[in-house]
Amino acid sequence: MSDHEYVPKSKFGKWFNDRLPLLTLRNHLTDYPTPKNLNYWWTFGAILTFCLVAQIITGIILAMHYVATAGLAFESIEHIMRDVNYGWLIRYFHANGSSMFFLAVYIHIFRSLYYGSHKSPREVIWIIGMIIYFLMMMTAFMGYVLPWGQMSFWAATVITNLFSAVPFFGESITNWLWGGFAVDSPTLTRFYALHYLFPFLILGLVILHIWALHIPGNNNPVGIDIKQPSKDTVPFHPYIVLKDLFALLIFLLIFAFFVFYSPNLLGHPDNYIEANPLVTPDHIVPEWYLLPFYAILRSIPDKLLGVIAMFASIFVLVILPWLDTSKVRSAIFRPIYKQFYWFLVADVIILGYMGAMPAEGTYLLIARVATAYYFIHFLIILPFLGIKEKTLEVPLSITEPVLGGSSNQTMAKDNSNLRDNL
Amino acid sequence: MSESDKKKPNRRDFIITATTAAGAVGVGAAAWPLIDQMNPDASVKALASTEVDISGVQSGQSITVLWRGKPVFIKRRTQEEIDSARSVDLKDLKHPEKDEDRAKNPEWLVTLGICTHLGCVPLTDKGDYKGWFCPCHGSHYDTSGRIRKGPAPTNLEIPKYEFVDNNTIKIG
Repeated sequence: MSDHEYVPKSKFGKWFNDRLPLLTLRNHLTDYPTPKNLNYWWTFGAILTFCLVAQIITGIILAMHYVATAGLAFESIEHIMRDVNYGWLIRYFHANGSSMFFLAVYIHIFRSLYYGSHKSPREVIWIIGMIIYFLMMMTAFMGYVLPWGQMSFWAATVITNLFSAVPFFGESITNWLWGGFAVDSPTLTRFYALHYLFPFLILGLVILHIWALHIPGNNNPVGIDIKQPSKDTVPFHPYIVLKDLFALLIFLLIFAFFVFYSPNLLGHPDNYIEANPLVTPDHIVPEWYLLPFYAILRSIPDKLLGVIAMFASIFVLVILPWLDTSKVRSAIFRPIYKQFYWFLVADVIILGYMGAMPAEGTYLLIARVATAYYFIHFLIILPFLGIKEKTLEVPLSITEPVLGGSSNQTMAKDNSNLRDNL
Repeated sequence: MSESDKKKPNRRDFIITATTAAGAVGVGAAAWPLIDQMNPDASVKALASTEVDISGVQSGQSITVLWRGKPVFIKRRTQEEIDSARSVDLKDLKHPEKDEDRAKNPEWLVTLGICTHLGCVPLTDKGDYKGWFCPCHGSHYDTSGRIRKGPAPTNLEIPKYEFVDNNTIKIG
């Protein structure tokens, strides 16, 4: 990287940069060498940054009109929807924004799993990413409580009651979380304060996430280490910036479809009924992006073990870089891993579906099998596969298979003339 | 460091240890108000008890009242329901408790209306044991509010209550 050699052209730029090297930072970001074979799955980092910023902006606007006490919260949401200028638009954008945020983050995570982006030397990027993901879930959960509808109230009750599974201190912890003996106004107000705080923690972690990324540089679909900068790279600006913007445009089309044509599709009608501590809705479900974890929680017949399994299902992702023992990163060169990868995708989707269904009969049985498979994938299959799997030969550079010389004939073009000329 | 330094703590070591200890206590003392402010406050604790008029409750009927923000079930049980609760073998119970200990006055069962699994409000007169059924995660309770089937670990909790007179129950 050319950071050290950078000298601003103008005299003022040089004077300023010697005192605060912001121009060096800008130069680093624009010139940052990026693998030239990145595909569209790599555009979700930029899409996620957009989602975070959009949620923060719409969230701050909503906070100007929302009142976080039990008696007024539900009413103030309706006030936003009916009275505030463009309030409906901003609230629908914020509410659907969380779903779009999670859609993007799931694609981003599964892209990492496919191309081995979590492996050495990128473990710290991955772990920071998992902390961001966990904070996102907490933020989304607390945000869901704020409208103070029936689903809000009972989601808050069920999730905070997870802590009552803690031996001996369970009750003290839940009373402390609630600020009372049940979910009530104090709970709502503190969730609001934290819902406002957490996105800024996420923003800070995103900066660390990108910083940690810029040390080894991007992984790429071939999953090999590349020299930076070299013939295998292109500068971030304009190549990646414009590609990201194009992908963002497509993403926004889908986003706009939800906001303008089916703003309540991903919500639950019961949340338009004001919170009532005396009546639990017949069928309570969390938002779609939390369903797989909910299915894991419900599939264990014991309260404490269910809670432990649910948290373990997230923790197992944190230690993934050490569970996946294969030295080859990309699934392109791992024929068996590639199959198990798709089994895992199917497993998570099945878990999500079971999380939305009532926990009984066949649904419960399938959820249990899927929960078991989830842990088997990470704790048994991945460590074992790294040792046993026969991987395909990995090219030496991104350019190599294109210019010939790869043992993989389908990838190699006959470019012997070209090579002679080089 | 030489051998003698390691063996004999000098005055500087003492000062460092003492300062660190005092500092830790100070930080802890300063942190406590920041943590404790989240606990139930005085206005919440002040609502400690509720008196309920039960004169209108018919046999077999059940009412739900709010006590400290939590629902409380007051059920006037029929003879049949009392019999079925008392005839159960304690060995069949996940959380063995005698119905005699749960209902001071056999006709009146007072329990918290909160599923001991994850805090939903169970539905009255539903489920495999004709007591309560929690729709959230499928816990079944019998006519004594005891857990019989499902993920809940314990029986429905009995709050502190007393009969003020024949028509009034004081909860809390």
